[in-house]
Amino acid sequence: MTMSKTLIRGAKVLGGDVQDVLIDGGTIAEVGTGLSAEGATVIEADGQILLPGLVDLHTHLREPGREDSETVLTGTRAAASGGYTAVFAMANTHPVADTAGVVEQVYRLGKESGYCDVQPIGAVTVGLEGKKLAELGAMHDSAAGVTVFSDDGKCVDDAVIMRRALEYVKAFGGVVAQHAQEPRLTEGAQMNEGVVSAELGLGGWPAVAEESIIARDVLLAEHVGSRVHICHLSTAGSVEIVRWAKSRGIDVTAEVTPHHLLLTDELVRSYNPVYKVNPPLRTEKDVLALREALADGTIDIVATDHAPHPHEDKDCEWAAAAMGMVGLETALSVVQRTMVETGLLDWAGVADRMSFAPARIGRAQGHGRPVSAGEPANLTLVDPAYRGVVDPADFASRSRNTPYEGRELPGRVTHTFLRGRATVVDGKLA
Amino acid sequence: MMRHLISAADLTRDDAVQILDTAEEMARVADRPIKKLPTLRGRTICNLFFEDSTRTRISFEAAEKRLSADVINFAAKGSSVSKGESLKDTAQTLEAMGVDAVVIRHSASGAPYRLATSGWIDAPVINAGDGTHQHPTQALLDAFTMRRRLVGRDAGLGQDLAGKRITLVGDVLHSRVARSNVDLLHTLGAEVTLVAPPTLVPVGVETWPCDVSYDLDGVLPKSDAVMMLRVQRERMNAAFFPTEREYSRRYGLDGERMAKMPEHAIVMHPGPMVRGMEITAEVADSDRCTVVEQVANGVSIRMAVLYLLLGGNDSDSATPARTEESK
Ligand SMILES: [Zn+2]
Repeated sequence: MTMSKTLIRGAKVLGGDVQDVLIDGGTIAEVGTGLSAEGATVIEADGQILLPGLVDLHTHLREPGREDSETVLTGTRAAASGGYTAVFAMANTHPVADTAGVVEQVYRLGKESGYCDVQPIGAVTVGLEGKKLAELGAMHDSAAGVTVFSDDGKCVDDAVIMRRALEYVKAFGGVVAQHAQEPRLTEGAQMNEGVVSAELGLGGWPAVAEESIIARDVLLAEHVGSRVHICHLSTAGSVEIVRWAKSRGIDVTAEVTPHHLLLTDELVRSYNPVYKVNPPLRTEKDVLALREALADGTIDIVATDHAPHPHEDKDCEWAAAAMGMVGLETALSVVQRTMVETGLLDWAGVADRMSFAPARIGRAQGHGRPVSAGEPANLTLVDPAYRGVVDPADFASRSRNTPYEGRELPGRVTHTFLRGRATVVDGKLA
Repeated sequence: MMRHLISAADLTRDDAVQILDTAEEMARVADRPIKKLPTLRGRTICNLFFEDSTRTRISFEAAEKRLSADVINFAAKGSSVSKGESLKDTAQTLEAMGVDAVVIRHSASGAPYRLATSGWIDAPVINAGDGTHQHPTQALLDAFTMRRRLVGRDAGLGQDLAGKRITLVGDVLHSRVARSNVDLLHTLGAEVTLVAPPTLVPVGVETWPCDVSYDLDGVLPKSDAVMMLRVQRERMNAAFFPTEREYSRRYGLDGERMAKMPEHAIVMHPGPMVRGMEITAEVADSDRCTVVEQVANGVSIRMAVLYLLLGGNDSDSATPARTEESK
């Protein structure tokens, strides 16, 4: 890394006052007005928004095992394009990231990519099978330093296993991130259970299958004095349970995906599998409750659940299609549309929900830090006035399964800095 | 007329009445010594069956042959279909072969809609039953049967089913027949009541244009037609109901229950019937039961649908209304 200087001139830091930010090497050297540009590359921000580099607590990078849909390299390039400087890589790879060996491999691939930091998530149970605890301590003690554990894609549905996992990771400050899905209630589930599923004749995924697990897990967390994180919370009922848990002082955090903030199950009427995702798209009422909850802090963070799939896994009938959507490159735009433009959140709030809070939950070192002198220069510059139509052909991700194709979304990441080095310049990967 | 027939909900009242009237014309063809019309001569129709259904396939095939179409039967059950890609591959193969229409049966809800809208194929698509979604020609043949019996074969021409009280009994949750019938019967002005154990009624049914009751005996005296839906015995293994015997006792139709229906009321069943469980042999074999008629009417309805979707834009096609017998 060349220890060069960069001056970002005239940026609204966290959407506030217009300031200059001088980056020297990997660090923010100075924040102020009228800073000297001597010896520095100058970026005229022209009132664009400067945020701390975004942190995604829920990314599927697919490597090892499904390199046809994404690799650590393509996934981190997509992340940088979307303004991210750190991503947490989910454990449901092939082989599963349930040993120190696999998490170290993913960690090393992230280091080599250079586009954003990759923090592997370890599986809670061996093979994601929900039966036997994986070597959580060994993964934590490995070079990857795993602190977040999840069987995501599958729910840790056995109450005893979940209780033990919650207790066990306390020894090293870990957290279990639960994919809340009661398996028996969701056998054959294809979409949200309700008015639309009744008409379309697609198997229902009832809200109660998510809510009952969340209710159980917050009570377990309270009982054993652990913290628990809820992945991709998707229903109004889940919001109420988490709100209640927080009011009791239970150490629970929760995430919402961009797509659950914007899209509803009405889209499934097209039978287009690009809208097939788990948990499924819910109703308008749920969408509004999720936005409210993200605004008032009941939901702590936005996480993408970026889930790349090859074209053929979506170019088929609904029942045969894979679940999931890519999200890294559209997340900030969707949050701007659903939260900022609706007046629910200001840019400082966006910085909190997409950088400070996820870094705190995942214990990501050097990320989610204030934009001030002496801090690591992990930064994202956003042009909120930009309007563009989503074209998947522009994606850096290897996969194209976006539900936003052809939609106009606001905002664009113009620059991303990872420890002072530009990974994105003028909207293009560096 | 529309280009495809995917869902009964897509039909307007006038579309539906036109199909029923055309089916009456087609039924006359069946009464002639030579049961063939030249309408679709030189046109190729593929019956694309990803799910076994000999009855429905034979019905479509008979309809196609009576209209002089060339018929390709493609049964794709099993191995290759487990991967969804084969629907697209098969569609593109048929497109390359210049097929003029595709009749599709598929175990996945929405597969015909996908086929019609994905750009994989240009030809009209006719849904012959998809998953637990729709089976529009079944609903049309049921409506045709009801109109003949409750309004009259000649008196019914141009008419809908306004004010008729239709009761559907059984496994609504897993039934494409129920969904199609609710949509079409509502469009035709009938009053529909669904009767089932609450476990077999879908969450979200409240927006359907019908009533829901759990009390068969209360509904029977107010029914002009009672349609018994097929109930698979295996459902009791998933706790939808406790035993076959209890199901029969609460929701089965036997002679005693049939006597509670008005004198003119008919009993219908989409077939194949499970005698003993949802319907007793006494009821199934009575002259109020229209099961055999429904089969015959199915051919007429499918001829009408094929004729209207494919024949209408063909200048030299023979219109059945202009044949000797029907003048
Ligand atoms: Zn998940």
